[in-house]
Amino acid sequence: MSSLAMRPCGDFRTSYKADNTIFETSTIRLVTIMVIALACAAPLVLDGYFLTLFIQISYLGIAALGLNILVGFTGQISLGHGAFFGFGAFASAWLNTSFNIPVVFCIPLAGFLTMAVGMMFGMPAARIKGLYLAIATLAAQFIIQDFFGRAEWFSGGASGAMAAPVNLFGFEFDTDLSFYFIALFALVFMYIWGCNLMRSRDGRAFVAVRDHYLSAEIMGVKLNKYRLLSFGISSFYAGIGGALYAHYLGYVSAEGFTIFMSIQFLAMVIIGGLGSVKGTLMGVVFMVLLPEVLESMVGLMNYTPWGDIPMVTDGLAYIKEMAIGLVIILFLIFEPQGLAHRWGQIKNYWKCYPFAY
Amino acid sequence: MTETILKVEQISLAFGGVKALTDVSFEVNRGAVFSIIGPNGAGKTSMLNSISGRYRPQRGSIHFDGQDVTHMRPNDRADLGIGRTFQNLALFGHMSVLDNIMVGRHHLMKNNWLTGPLYWVSPAQKEELSHRRHVEEIIDFLDISHVRKSVAGTLSYGLRKRVELARAIALNPKLILLDEPMAGMNLEEKEDMARYILDLNEEFGITVVMIEHDMGVVMDISHEVMVLDFGKRLICGLPDEVMADEHVRQAYLGLEDNEQLKEVV
Repeated sequence: MSSLAMRPCGDFRTSYKADNTIFETSTIRLVTIMVIALACAAPLVLDGYFLTLFIQISYLGIAALGLNILVGFTGQISLGHGAFFGFGAFASAWLNTSFNIPVVFCIPLAGFLTMAVGMMFGMPAARIKGLYLAIATLAAQFIIQDFFGRAEWFSGGASGAMAAPVNLFGFEFDTDLSFYFIALFALVFMYIWGCNLMRSRDGRAFVAVRDHYLSAEIMGVKLNKYRLLSFGISSFYAGIGGALYAHYLGYVSAEGFTIFMSIQFLAMVIIGGLGSVKGTLMGVVFMVLLPEVLESMVGLMNYTPWGDIPMVTDGLAYIKEMAIGLVIILFLIFEPQGLAHRWGQIKNYWKCYPFAY
Repeated sequence: MTETILKVEQISLAFGGVKALTDVSFEVNRGAVFSIIGPNGAGKTSMLNSISGRYRPQRGSIHFDGQDVTHMRPNDRADLGIGRTFQNLALFGHMSVLDNIMVGRHHLMKNNWLTGPLYWVSPAQKEELSHRRHVEEIIDFLDISHVRKSVAGTLSYGLRKRVELARAIALNPKLILLDEPMAGMNLEEKEDMARYILDLNEEFGITVVMIEHDMGVVMDISHEVMVLDFGKRLICGLPDEVMADEHVRQAYLGLEDNEQLKEVV
């Protein structure tokens, strides 16, 4: 989806293959590879706390990309993404304990299982749009949540389900450090998958359905198939993210997968930028780090002349929630196209600096 | 060599009490440029929508290339080779021009959501590039290479019309339906567009069914002209015959005598 009309000088494309790359320029590709390499080496310097944050970013990031494919690229809406995330978590644990399937296979299988469920609940999308679809998917959220509570064979009911750690060739990935690499691999893999999807046939069909569904159909795109498939792929991502979450924590309980989580996913993709793969990741990083930064800022208050203000430290939990709400509102007002758009503007500014015109 | 490619029989289409089309029949020969003219609200666009599948006529049948397409979905008709452009632009506004045209290749491509993302190890890349080559030929033909990477929604009206035509050609259609391809264009753009229509008709061998209000263009490039008025077919024939018809002049051209007519054409 690189639709950059302005290119840096000297960047001549001599083949369609070179013109079709994910990365707009070779510098961006180089930087991306270096970032991934740095991330591989990061555990050498970072302690467990940061690794936990990164793992959180990666499983939420995978699920959020799924939601962005649905909302940002296909122009539909889902308020049940948190439930699909939870379904993936339970499904992976269930497949592992009930059928003794190795965890490495359970994770993709859980993805496909969630995909099937997502497509089932996505069926109304063939008929309804917008607000009405939002309400229909809200039903999915509550039905699946109720299912977690009742289906003890699947989710362990109120007591939750145990999930074994990932085991590869006899090595258990049961620490933050070892799981970090699994999370990193999954994140990179799923994002490359997303980028490639959006530059191939079906990804274009999604965007076509979003931009003008009538002419998309006249152009030979099967509308209902792609509306449903979009739900499927979005749930697939949610399932993978959920499964990673389950095998990271080792224990899954139904409490977390509420409507609040679904809305949080929506907030991530809106803040990051609807219809942007890299924006999704930015949004997730932002949403995960925001409460942490707030917390450490409150901690730093001890060093200021005002010292520790009890009202702030005690009410930290509430302040965090309020800050998230405030940030979402501010984003909708000042940068409705998300962080990805802002990033593009910053880049464009520096591209011509200091010759602004 | 007058083989029929499109055969419309006794089409009737009504929206509640409004009869958009009443018993309209016509045939289009393969390789022809067929124009539909008529006053506003005569049912021209409804006719095109019925052929492309947007509307389902209540009565009558449409045969395309020997196949009954009356009850087919629009996307299946695209597979058969019916492409179209719209009166009010219907591009994918946030996609680049290139991607817009690539969507036209959709039904000719095979890769799906599983093989597409495995871009480098699956046939996806090869397919993508071979279709890209074809799309580039169309881009070249319509002279829009300078806006290839621009977002379609940011282009000027005339260019958008051209991109839409490119998207329709990318379908590899046998029949192309053009809904007012020259509306809102200046003389130069009109001349270009007329040239493109003739080229795609003569070089690519695509049959053209076109709605147009510019009588000069219609009379110059069409092989056959049909006149609709209030959802009914007034006349269908060679351009000269149609122009000479008294009903047409009353209904559409609004001219009193032959003297005025000569001034227009």
